[in-house]
Amino acid sequence: MLRYVLQRLVSLCLSLLVASAVIFLALEIVPGDPAAYMLGLNAQEDTLAALRDELGLNGTALQRYGSWLSGMLHGDFGISYTYRTPVAEMIGDRLWVSLPLALFALGLSCLIAFPAALWAASRRGTLGELGVMGMTQLGIAIPNFWFAMLMVLIFAVNLRWFPAGGFAGWEEGLFAGLKSLTLPAVALALPQASILTRVMRSALLDTLGEDFIRTARAKGLTRGQALRRHALRNAMIPVLTIIGLQFSFLLAGAIIIENVFFLPGLGRLVFQAISARDLIVVESVVMLLVFAVILVNFTVDLAYAWVDPRLRGRR
Amino acid sequence: MTCVRNWGLAGVLALAGISAQAQGDIVVGLQLEPPHLDPTSAAAGAIDQVVYANVFEGLTRFDPDGSVGPGLAESWDISEDGLVYSFHLRSGVRFHDGTELDAKDVRFTLDRARDDTSQNAQKALFAGIETVKVIDPLTVQVTLKAPDGSFLFNMAWGDAVIVAPESIGEIKHKPVGTGAFMFDDWVQGDRIELVKYAGYWGEPARLDHVTFKFISDPTAAFAAVMAEDVDAFPGFPAPENLPQFEADPRFQVLVGSTEGETILSINNKLAPLDDVRVRRAITHAIDRKSVIDGAMFGLGTPIGTHFAPHHPDYVDLTSQSAYAPELARQLLTEAGYADGFTITLKLPPPSYARRGGEIIAAQLRSVGIETEVTNLEWAQWLEQVFRGHDFGLTIISHTEPFDIDIYARPEYYFQYDSAAFQALMAALKAEADPEKRSDLLVQAQKMIADDYVNAYLFQLAIPTVANARLRGLWRDAPTQATDLTAVYWDK
Repeated sequence: MLRYVLQRLVSLCLSLLVASAVIFLALEIVPGDPAAYMLGLNAQEDTLAALRDELGLNGTALQRYGSWLSGMLHGDFGISYTYRTPVAEMIGDRLWVSLPLALFALGLSCLIAFPAALWAASRRGTLGELGVMGMTQLGIAIPNFWFAMLMVLIFAVNLRWFPAGGFAGWEEGLFAGLKSLTLPAVALALPQASILTRVMRSALLDTLGEDFIRTARAKGLTRGQALRRHALRNAMIPVLTIIGLQFSFLLAGAIIIENVFFLPGLGRLVFQAISARDLIVVESVVMLLVFAVILVNFTVDLAYAWVDPRLRGRR
Repeated sequence: MTCVRNWGLAGVLALAGISAQAQGDIVVGLQLEPPHLDPTSAAAGAIDQVVYANVFEGLTRFDPDGSVGPGLAESWDISEDGLVYSFHLRSGVRFHDGTELDAKDVRFTLDRARDDTSQNAQKALFAGIETVKVIDPLTVQVTLKAPDGSFLFNMAWGDAVIVAPESIGEIKHKPVGTGAFMFDDWVQGDRIELVKYAGYWGEPARLDHVTFKFISDPTAAFAAVMAEDVDAFPGFPAPENLPQFEADPRFQVLVGSTEGETILSINNKLAPLDDVRVRRAITHAIDRKSVIDGAMFGLGTPIGTHFAPHHPDYVDLTSQSAYAPELARQLLTEAGYADGFTITLKLPPPSYARRGGEIIAAQLRSVGIETEVTNLEWAQWLEQVFRGHDFGLTIISHTEPFDIDIYARPEYYFQYDSAAFQALMAALKAEADPEKRSDLLVQAQKMIADDYVNAYLFQLAIPTVANARLRGLWRDAPTQATDLTAVYWDK
């Protein structure tokens, strides 16, 4: 087991190193000078040179890559070109919005998907199942930013139950924080819940055809009992895979929803940083997201072993 | 159902809370967030939008009508030869950290801006300064290298606000100025908060607390104003929604003028655009009205030269480049392009450029000029078009006030190189007599219109949507600023 963990750790570090090189190279190619962006149309040559010097843009690409990499190993992500604050601090602040939002959306998605899938699987072939499946089709088909705008019009502009956007801040209290994240979380959760419901329902239906379910039924369990006690756990592998993928996606992929609700999250940070050519911020955030994805995958692997004892034996 | 009712109750309570504290508070929406808060070391207009006149003040300042008035300098004397300016500072001015403003702070500010390592985006404003001398704590003497009729104007810019050496180290995140509002808090990506400064030297602010909220998406901006989460939104990004606000008694809509000359810039060195007949043909192919209607939903004043229509010296030269497609075709034939030609049209992100670009491309096509349209991000535009001169046509709004002198810089991106114009600008710079200056400005406007340097489209308008009970907001934008010092709530 220890050997396995060590192997995984080495491959994790290698993945990160390769990712860092790819990210750095990709952004080196992007045209645009951060100093020119910041100083605008009337900037003089000497002013630009002074700024480039201060930002450390004058070194060779290899030097900059080296200092970025060694800085990151010490937990120092560098100083943002445009904001002039430590990147680590900026990412930290944004994570306090993005991480709770992702967890909130994922929680909602599971809360909707689990009962819906169980219900649909237990009523196979009925009008009810057809209804659930129809709703999930709709949930996937509706673009979430459009759904988000619709919710803003109804719940913020007309009913005034929620703010139209922005983030109150956790220092205003848990309730205020959750209130500003509710509409965005619902908008993000809708398509995710729909996908999860469909995956889970078909996984459940697959296991329902297995011999051990027939045995359980023969033992006298009702269809619902067999479903909950025996089929559910066996259907979890694909469900966990999807949840893992969704979490990584929610952490990084909420850019559009963050824009609709003007939330100060990671997605908007990357968006602003790209247009301002604040490359050091882009590099560090993308790197962090790569790290998060790798970490989530690792956790999902461990979770497989937890739900399926057979996988533990193989290792 | 109880659940729904509870939510509703919570909403009502929250609302009651908001309106109870509203009298001294304001939430102002802005589209762009400043990168940092030092107006003296970046070009971002978003910085001035937050701090100009609110947090920082200069020796002189722009008034709402664009004229230049006294700021931290109460008065000034100018020597006979126009070279020496003696500024008399107001007494009893304190920075937000409690330190007193004196002549040394002014000298520090001006020396810092023109230093070799200066990062001032408008360093040219200070280029004419020879020396800055402290005469006594409240008098500072600035000697110029040559007489400069626009020196007082230059000192009113956001890039020339007075800063103190004590607080300069942290200015980007904890700005310390002399204005009626103090910096309080910045939640990056979301909002900046200012509070009233009790020790302000002048008329105290009527608001206690100001929150700037940054909303870049036009639809989100619409929702935030409609939901009354935001009390005022200067530079409202969705002009198509203005009629809806005008019809709603809860709101007022102010449409003002800016210093933004929006032009179709022409690369004067690139064939066939180096032929004045071709450039003239382009201007006659454009119907300004349909560009303004289509791209700006009717907001904007047509211009015929690079000058703001609200300026007293403005000359209306629009008829000289009136919409005349027949004439355009004829001019192209004369220039040897009877079958037209193909040229690039590179568009930066603002909607005036992207939407205006589509319309202009169609209008040019109808006289035989085909355009290859490319959409660029700002950073790409700066690199390719502005610095690289790699373009045929582009659309851009020149937002700096009073910037006709860019035509005297042959290396400037549209590359207009005219000795006559350069001489004219040199004469203007040395002229202090208002009447003669006025005459020179008229000549300058006519010269660039006669040379058809660029196709002048319209003066960019700025719409502000605000709560109907708010008073004292600026309608026009003579500089990029959101001056809240005189804003208050009507009972």
